[in-house]
Amino acid sequence: MSNGIGVLSFPGSNGDTDALHALTDGVGAPARVIDHRETDLSGMAAVVLPGGFSYGDHLRCGAIARFAPVMAPLRAFAARGGPVLGICNGFQILAEAHLLPGALLPNQTLRFHCFWTHVRFDGLPTAWTGALAAGEVLRLPVAHGEGAYFADDETLDRLESTGRIVARYCDPSGAVAAAANPNGSARGIAAVANEAGNVVGIMPHPERASDPLIGGADGLRLLQSALDFVHAAV
Amino acid sequence: MAEGRWMVEVIVMPKEGVNDPQGEAIRGGLRALGYAGVRGVRAGKVIRVELNAAGADDARAAGAEMADRLLANPVIESFHVAAVAPVGVEA
Repeated sequence: MSNGIGVLSFPGSNGDTDALHALTDGVGAPARVIDHRETDLSGMAAVVLPGGFSYGDHLRCGAIARFAPVMAPLRAFAARGGPVLGICNGFQILAEAHLLPGALLPNQTLRFHCFWTHVRFDGLPTAWTGALAAGEVLRLPVAHGEGAYFADDETLDRLESTGRIVARYCDPSGAVAAAANPNGSARGIAAVANEAGNVVGIMPHPERASDPLIGGADGLRLLQSALDFVHAAV
Repeated sequence: MAEGRWMVEVIVMPKEGVNDPQGEAIRGGLRALGYAGVRGVRAGKVIRVELNAAGADDARAAGAEMADRLLANPVIESFHVAAVAPVGVEA
């Protein structure tokens, strides 16, 4: 599978090693970490932007990472339809880079939230969710201070009507309820996709739900989806 | 006119309708201090940029462009250039 799946690493990324581990040991995908100064993503099958605090979260989360050298080839990769997943800070970077709509605001509670959540996948299939059944509920952990998804009502309506709300926070039974929304996200949104469905941003951490030993392995379902997508495209 | 050094002050604020938990927390603090009349608080940021420009208008325009492209995120924030002042003339 070409050069496999690339995990971008920015100064301040801290989920890169976990993402690499989940990809290689979790679903057996060839993968490597790609430094933010690299400028060539040709040959990569998929790209993950991991969580962390790139550039110290200065100015706004993800605002500075957008200018890293690797972002130009990432844009081209996304435009070609290459699968891109932004996890947590990676989601914030994709929003700041306008590769995904909306923005992530400070949690309504003003607290850093670090716990397990349930998320329900309802949107149209994407490169990262093809292995999931419609309405499937996964148990994934969140770890963020700025995870409240925001977009204007027109954008939210458009995302909803076009099936681009990939996942929402829900209770364990799968009911999307205000009490299950940990951060004040608009419409309970935990993940969104771009128009083509190849770029997805998600606040919960699939790579941290990669082994029953650490509390759950539901996150592998997303990574497996990308692997299936890549194999199907070959 | 010779190029000079200018200070441009940009104020970035959360847009109306955008939740501002920081402002809410400050409001709670002010009320705890006894300011019962405080109705609302919005918290933004002030960014001062020192730059070389041909004049005040150029400096203002450059500051506004920087704010639009990076200092503010137009999805959630509004901005305005609050001040433009000469810092000194380059030798």
